Amino acid sequence: MADAVPLEVSSPAPSRKPRWSRKVKADNIAGYLFLAPWVIGFLAFTVGPMVASGYLSLTKYSGFGAVKWIAFENYDKIFQDDLFYTALYNTSYYAFLGVPAQLLVALCLAVLLNMKLRYVNVFRTVYYIPTVTPAVANVFLWVWIFNFDFGLINSLLRLVGISPVNWLWDPQIVKPALILMSLWSVGQQMVIFLAALQGVSEELLEAASIDGATNFRRFMRITIPLISPVIFLNLIIGIINLFQTFTVAFIATKGGPINSSLFYVLYIYRKGFESFSMGYASGLAWILFMIILVITAIQFYLSRNWVYYESGGAPS
Amino acid sequence: MVDREEKYIGSISAKVVAYLLLLLGTVISLMPLYWLVMTSLRPAGAEFTYPPEWIPSSFHPENYPVAWNRAPFWLFTFNSILVTFLATLGTLLTASMAAYAFARIPFYGRNVWFALTLSTMMLPWAVTLIPRFLLFKFLGLFDSLWPLFLPFWFGGGAFYIFLIRQFIMTLPVEMEEAAVVDGASRLRIYSMITMPLTKPAIAAVGVFSFIHHWNDFMSPLIFTNREETRTLALGLRYFGDEQFTEFRLIMAVATLMLVPVLVVFFAANKYFVSGVALSGLAGR
Repeated sequence: MADAVPLEVSSPAPSRKPRWSRKVKADNIAGYLFLAPWVIGFLAFTVGPMVASGYLSLTKYSGFGAVKWIAFENYDKIFQDDLFYTALYNTSYYAFLGVPAQLLVALCLAVLLNMKLRYVNVFRTVYYIPTVTPAVANVFLWVWIFNFDFGLINSLLRLVGISPVNWLWDPQIVKPALILMSLWSVGQQMVIFLAALQGVSEELLEAASIDGATNFRRFMRITIPLISPVIFLNLIIGIINLFQTFTVAFIATKGGPINSSLFYVLYIYRKGFESFSMGYASGLAWILFMIILVITAIQFYLSRNWVYYESGGAPS
Repeated sequence: MVDREEKYIGSISAKVVAYLLLLLGTVISLMPLYWLVMTSLRPAGAEFTYPPEWIPSSFHPENYPVAWNRAPFWLFTFNSILVTFLATLGTLLTASMAAYAFARIPFYGRNVWFALTLSTMMLPWAVTLIPRFLLFKFLGLFDSLWPLFLPFWFGGGAFYIFLIRQFIMTLPVEMEEAAVVDGASRLRIYSMITMPLTKPAIAAVGVFSFIHHWNDFMSPLIFTNREETRTLALGLRYFGDEQFTEFRLIMAVATLMLVPVLVVFFAANKYFVSGVALSGLAGR
């Protein structure tokens, strides 16, 4: 994250004098007072639970009664658990196909909405509406839209003479169907792309036009590199979010058919809150954390080849 | 050679294509919502006519009160409003305080704390889920509304802090510096000078937070149990699960749940669809 956006510091950092002046002292007190709620929350709701989760993963605990230390037994079991691999496969499939598809759609929409056209603000509003639709309402709506006999999509397909598809109840199709559904609400990524596109220097684009560059070439050679930090930001956040997909599978497909939409966090939920194996579920959660950490680290490593920072090199 | 006003879209035909694409996107964006509202107005049983009707043969707005009275939806609405209001208030207050500190106060360890803050965005919340459940159970707050808003009085979340901080960084510092010379306290500068100027970012965070909490499904699912503590999102789910065949009723409640979100969204629209509020994210 720190690398995604150049960090500017407006005022000089506190100097290293042997004794702090009154101003520096006052600034430090004020700074930490302003930050205090966040620091407390960070410790109580992030660091503490992280550590607790790691500890719990080494125990057998039902949420009630005694916590029994069993060292790495949970992890041994997890690595022999077929459903763990199923969930991991489903989630990776969903995230690695879903995120690029979402970013592509969001970027195309943002480019469309960044054109200097009359009424473009109206379209910006309309395009964001699907994103504010409540997830639960969204899921029920799409279950209905995907309905085999009475749904909107199959009804459209019949109109053009294509045979209907069993979207949510075919193990081969359910994951692509869920990705398709997620493409309807990419407004969050879209507005972030839009903000970035608005920051692209017009002088540069104009200069390229005068030099005879086509629109497409200008987009690939100037716009894309200039917004690459934001593409990277959306990519990182997108992978992390899609690796934690829960609601849609929990409500719409209940992980089925035959576990083909059993996503990782749904499996954690079932283990932790339905079978009350909180130790086991914590182990699953920590493995997810490690997987996301590794993927993110790889992305940061690869980003050196394609993410461009105007200020010359990534800070921090 | 390059027209000043029309440097992106030159010819008439290019404009026509652009508008056609925009209209296509509009149709795709709104079609599912059209389906939502139309389904909610169908006569009983007419969800299952084959082939499905694009326009219902008759309109039945009485589906709405029928659906609303199938479960204690007034109670669920009250719970949702309370949680959304308190969580958003806490987020705006504490996230803007943290953002102000990161943007304006030179304190020792600032960059480290800022990096830590950003790194929490990369933390999967699923990892902290079980311990947070146990924490609230230990505090005796399980199955109350407290777990749904209390954590947001502690910074509100890294993305919001980041967004407001980036916005403050784009503001000129002269006025604040003048106030410092005049001996104004940090608290005064924050509340009287910086915050009023930060309105677009505050509005955007307010809308994001409102939408998030109004729509949130996972937290109420984990932290509440009884019907008395249910929020609308969760209420809709139980309602939907029991009555899965009566799609017109589910769609009616879903439509009602969408209305407040749209109202808030349209009210604050000018701030954040225009991109002003997110300007700091562009990274200059």
